[in-house]
Amino acid sequence: MLSSFSQERAGPAIAGWLRNLFAEATDMRGFFLLASAANPIQDLSIFNPASPPAESIRSLFILVLGVTGAIFLLVEGVLLYCLFRFRRHAPGTTEPPQVYGSLPIEIAWTAAPAMIVIVLALILTRTEFEVRVNQDRPPAGSKPLYVTVIGHQWWWEYQYDKYDGKDLGFITANELHIPVSDTGVPRPVYLTLLSADVCHSYWVPRLAGKTDLIPGRTNHLWFQTSQQALYLGQCAEYCGTQHAHMLLRVNADSVADFETWLDNQKKPARDDAAAHAGRDAFLNQSCVNCHRVRGTVAAGTYAPDLTHLMSRETLASGMVPNTRDELLKWVNDPQQIKSGCLMPAFGLSEEKVNLLVSYLITLK
Amino acid sequence: MAIAEHEPAVESLPWTGVLHEWVTTVDHKKIGVMYYIMAIVFLVIGGAEAMLMRLQLLGPELKIVPADVFNQMMTMHGTTMIFFAAMPILAGIANYIVPLQIGARDMAFPRLNALGLWLTLFGGVVCYFSFATGGAPAIGWFAYAPLTEHTFARSAATDFWILGLLVSGIGSLTGAVNLVTTVLALRCPGMTLRKIPLYTWMAFWANVQIIFAMPPLTAALVMILFDRLFGAHFFDAQAGGAPYLWQHLFWFFGHPEVYILVLPAFGMISDVLPVFSRKVIFGYEFMAAATVAIAFVSFGVWAHHMFAVGMTRTVDVYFAFASLVVGIPTGIKMFNWLATIYGGRWRMAAPMLFGLGFLSMFLIAGLTGIILAVVPIDYQLTDSYFVVAHFLWVIVGGILMGIFAGSYYWYPKVTGHMYSERLARWQFWLFFIGFLLTFGPMHISGILGMPRRIYTYPVDRGWEFWNQVSSFGAFLQAPSFVIFIWNILISLKTGAPAGDDPWDAWTLEWATTSPPAVYNFETIPTVRSRRPLWDLKHPDDPDWQYE
Repeated sequence: MLSSFSQERAGPAIAGWLRNLFAEATDMRGFFLLASAANPIQDLSIFNPASPPAESIRSLFILVLGVTGAIFLLVEGVLLYCLFRFRRHAPGTTEPPQVYGSLPIEIAWTAAPAMIVIVLALILTRTEFEVRVNQDRPPAGSKPLYVTVIGHQWWWEYQYDKYDGKDLGFITANELHIPVSDTGVPRPVYLTLLSADVCHSYWVPRLAGKTDLIPGRTNHLWFQTSQQALYLGQCAEYCGTQHAHMLLRVNADSVADFETWLDNQKKPARDDAAAHAGRDAFLNQSCVNCHRVRGTVAAGTYAPDLTHLMSRETLASGMVPNTRDELLKWVNDPQQIKSGCLMPAFGLSEEKVNLLVSYLITLK
Repeated sequence: MAIAEHEPAVESLPWTGVLHEWVTTVDHKKIGVMYYIMAIVFLVIGGAEAMLMRLQLLGPELKIVPADVFNQMMTMHGTTMIFFAAMPILAGIANYIVPLQIGARDMAFPRLNALGLWLTLFGGVVCYFSFATGGAPAIGWFAYAPLTEHTFARSAATDFWILGLLVSGIGSLTGAVNLVTTVLALRCPGMTLRKIPLYTWMAFWANVQIIFAMPPLTAALVMILFDRLFGAHFFDAQAGGAPYLWQHLFWFFGHPEVYILVLPAFGMISDVLPVFSRKVIFGYEFMAAATVAIAFVSFGVWAHHMFAVGMTRTVDVYFAFASLVVGIPTGIKMFNWLATIYGGRWRMAAPMLFGLGFLSMFLIAGLTGIILAVVPIDYQLTDSYFVVAHFLWVIVGGILMGIFAGSYYWYPKVTGHMYSERLARWQFWLFFIGFLLTFGPMHISGILGMPRRIYTYPVDRGWEFWNQVSSFGAFLQAPSFVIFIWNILISLKTGAPAGDDPWDAWTLEWATTSPPAVYNFETIPTVRSRRPLWDLKHPDDPDWQYE
């Protein structure tokens, strides 16, 4: 009851207030250092959820903030009262009355927190079962999307398994595209989380809490949203040098856009006659040992799939925009952009780099 | 004649003689002081590492500290502060104070005591020797496998890190066995288990915890060392090992570790608050029982550090519930402290100032702990800056605040001089304000989606304001530590003589000289209550009537 109350009324109001408070202070960015002003601020706040699990968690958070806030005010209030009441005393006065304890008082302040703990435990159990669902049983009438996510140092591999009951079976990297839900037709997204090397954690705060990707374990995560937007996040478990640049981008597209994107992704790579020289250069280089371009002999699985490279907005797991200039820089020396990343600079001539990029930019 | 000549000779020992005396000593007081000095040195090193990180996080995509160096600083800061600053400083204070409080002449095993100190120090040195391999390990202080496997951490730095922790862990274990034995076996006549001063009681339980928490860590460290050096596969998923096992083993140590650090701080507060509000501790039995409850329950909550690893819902709910339960005995303590200071005649000296700082800040740490124990909320907040704020609030706002209170409280006893109250106040306010500014904003950056352990962050996230406040807070805090160390040093020369009992306190350490003689007490005292010196000062109204 308590929980549903906060969810329906107090919840959004308090959350809105908190969000505005944070947003105001956030607008003061560059207060100390004028570091950047070009990019608009992206809101990743967990008080701004766009998916049922994140919404359940926000409601619970507000309830628990209320409970802990009340305890905070009570105890700090008593402490402040004591501070003003008992701070000064005339020197040389006698000792105050010695009070050794009181059984009824001790019982009272043992029982009261115990009761709060029991109530909190019951409420959290309810939310736990809302947030963690069995992905083999999607709601009736829904069109679920199943994707397997594999964490790599320091990028994300996405294997699209199934959408609306139909097998997909293509692989892409770093940018997840999902369809939005319509009223009446939920389109939940069920992720299966695996790791190819070390522990990672999948965290897109507005969509869901985080879940780790651990070698040798299979984990699950789900979310669903009806708001078309780009949801940002990043790896939340320390995974080595470039942990800070293992960024997450989830594009929630309209159903039409999503299905167009899906159709394109399913196709093998374009074979543009004008780019054959570049393609041959690519296939003759060691690129093919790590990267895959479907429809060619490049079948590496160690690095991001490049079949539809240019359908992605960013490079290097969300670090830089995916433009011709950045691609040139990247192919020339990835370490200049993402120091410590596992792709080395191959020492190619400028001519060779240009040739390679002229092929890559045809991979739409 | 030999004795008559020997006495002045001690006064004029050359520095090599003094050094020899300290290095070979088995006196619990000298060992305690050396633990303390070691801890302060490592505290400064760990603090400098934190400053480098705060410098790098001043703005988005800054390139002041490179990624690898940042990750090394992050690893060594955590490792240093837990294993080579917090644990030794508490071991040192316990070494010095516990035998005095129970009316003993030394620890139960004086040589083992010296071994514990030197192993702890040697462990720290071995750990820092990793820098000589070209850089410290970059694995994070809880070193999640398989990032620590040879495949991902090729440098020998990680081996030195493991060996360092193994060695200092054995040091901690010997110290714990020694302290537990001392409290059980060497109490003065009349001091039954129910009459032990609360500081000793809580330090005792912290050391009982060490005995049970250290072996899993030691086992895990040996396993990863075998993986790295001898090709074992404990944590290698490809060969059928379980990286996830490391997390269970580590946190089975790691969570009790929090209480290993916080219980002695609770104890210091439980001694300081009564003396400086001139009242007996409220509800001694409940304080004592709550300590035991915390010590036991804290062994059943470790997986709340791992809510995001995908355990079943039932297991998650159990660990959430158990973690919330820890709040009950902790709440009892909080309320008893408040009842103790209520109605007192306060003396606002530095120990009381830090004691009140502890009460106000530890409350917040406990409440954010409640928030994090609620497992669905933890899915969002774990591994975010909110967690960083929570545990630094525990460690700095709770444990360190308690250590400062205890340090000022016992400084006159250990040195025979009073510290400078004026410098102590400067330190308190710089530390307190710096603390709030450093760690307060971290709660918000965590809520705004900032994960921990990132060496930089993208420009469009809106985290830089909060990070800048944190960094400026850290730069404000740093001088407070300089003032503290300066106060300790300068007061050795300029501090007024303290006398045996400058605080008009009630436990046995104040019944002997400051500093105490090698043998502590001329005659072993006999006690009849928890406050033997109160009985002595108030023969008309002694405590033992009421206990």
